[in-house]
Amino acid sequence: MNLTEVERAILAGMRGEAARRALEYQIRVAEFWGAKRFVPVTNVHMMGDIEVMGEGGLEWLRAATESGARCVVGTTTNARCIDFAHCNRLGQDARAVAQERELIACLQRMDVVTTDTCINYQTVYQPHLGEHVAWGDTGTVIYANSVFGARSNFESGPAALAAGLTGRTPEYGFHLDEHRRGTFTVEIDATLDDLADWGAVGKLIGEAHQSYFAVPVFHGCGRTPSADELKHLGAALASYGSMAMFHFVGVTPEAPSLDAALSGRAPLERIVITNADIERVYRGYHLGDGDARLVVFSGPQQSLLEMKRLAELFDGRNLHPGASCFVTTSAGVLAHARKLGYAGKLEEAGVMILEGVCFYILQNLSAMRIANGWTNMVANSAKIVNIIGAHRFNTILRRTEECVEIACSGVLK
Amino acid sequence: MSTAGPSQGARPPQRERREATQAGHPTNIIRVQRAYGQVVEGEAVVSDEGFSPRYDLDRWSGVITKPGHQLEGTSIVDRICFFPTAKGGIAAGWAFYDIKWKKIAPKAFIFGVTNPVMVQGAIFAGIPITDGWEPNPRGVVTTGDWVRVDPARRIIEVIRKQA
Repeated sequence: MNLTEVERAILAGMRGEAARRALEYQIRVAEFWGAKRFVPVTNVHMMGDIEVMGEGGLEWLRAATESGARCVVGTTTNARCIDFAHCNRLGQDARAVAQERELIACLQRMDVVTTDTCINYQTVYQPHLGEHVAWGDTGTVIYANSVFGARSNFESGPAALAAGLTGRTPEYGFHLDEHRRGTFTVEIDATLDDLADWGAVGKLIGEAHQSYFAVPVFHGCGRTPSADELKHLGAALASYGSMAMFHFVGVTPEAPSLDAALSGRAPLERIVITNADIERVYRGYHLGDGDARLVVFSGPQQSLLEMKRLAELFDGRNLHPGASCFVTTSAGVLAHARKLGYAGKLEEAGVMILEGVCFYILQNLSAMRIANGWTNMVANSAKIVNIIGAHRFNTILRRTEECVEIACSGVLK
Repeated sequence: MSTAGPSQGARPPQRERREATQAGHPTNIIRVQRAYGQVVEGEAVVSDEGFSPRYDLDRWSGVITKPGHQLEGTSIVDRICFFPTAKGGIAAGWAFYDIKWKKIAPKAFIFGVTNPVMVQGAIFAGIPITDGWEPNPRGVVTTGDWVRVDPARRIIEVIRKQA
């Protein structure tokens, strides 16, 4: 691997022990993938919470903090597992809550900006075309690569933090032109009126093409998708297919035409998605015992415009007795939603708004499921209905308006 | 719809593989494309379904708990795990370190096609990991066999078939 003078200095310990160890680790990752060099990054987004890090991870973080680890580029955090305002009501463990506080303090000592959001691309930082970043979670990465034309691989917590400490990341995968060209095409011959429809497209394509290096090229559609629609599409592609990039002809910056998105190559496959395919997705969910007491709007966190829409749909209504409805969003969006009255309308209807978390990573979620006797979880996010499986929910994808109707009527169809 | 990644496309077609076996190549060896870690030996667990430590695994017991997963109810603790694909999530990075710390980690992860997160996580945790296999382990190794993973030589050997 070719190392610059700066990188050799880091390895020699000139920037401290934490940076030296981080670069050594990055070199091992680079060698696995055959990266020839590092590229400087301008922004890092990392996952780090007690639910995923565990006590072992916290112990590692303490040691890193003590060794003087400091980030050298802007580094933000993804959604976490504890909502400090609601932890008692949610029955989250006091010990885990205390550990989460310590973990946040460690990260802040490292100069990490604890934004606690998985929609940093909508709320915090929007990289430009060709900008190298080191992001995780997967939904943030696919949005960065596809919609902004920035360049990132999936960077897991330790890898992203290492990039924050060294200011660089190995050049492989989606940092390289060769992996960014489309590999197959998807014509959208469907209406896609709701965010859940876009997630359903992501599920169909992702499930059938589970490969990090598969890059679908969408075309057709007949209109310009909104940022929230692309967010649900991308989050589902990444979740079901482990994909890190898509093109959308006439929409995303590296796809001015079908031919350009494919770099002049023939697609390995041509797929058409119709309304019938989307309807088949919805019909494919088993309703289990018909339990309609848990409806979730999360994974990814809600944008301000999603909050507005939910406030309109819940306005003047109430949750069905015994039903629970959770909305998760970032601190910034929630402050704005409060000011604009959206949060108030949701809370008047009985919806619980959680801040800085994502529902599926909530600490103690399995115990919460058992304590409440929930069997089903209904959501408008194709991503969350996929990833919550280890907590043993039966999950059901429905359109946004139907989700609200289920929460208020207690009837699942 | 079929899988369409370049790493799969780069594999030799079926006919060539049969010829290689007929020409006397050992049938107890799988060659891997990329590898990290120390030599390890252990009992194999072979899955036809992909894997995510966040979606599929109970990270307190090391048992796969996702309802309907092909390995639902199977422990991966101290096993050598063969998965065709990596699924979803960024969480593997910390999760692998966490399960190693809790002493419920597998001895190695063997992937047909993996993604950077699995690799970053395994290397951070010091768990051997490989990517890309030839031939497909389905014809070579079954759950319960004793296998040796040699990352430096980029091979996996079946040492002993299960009784």
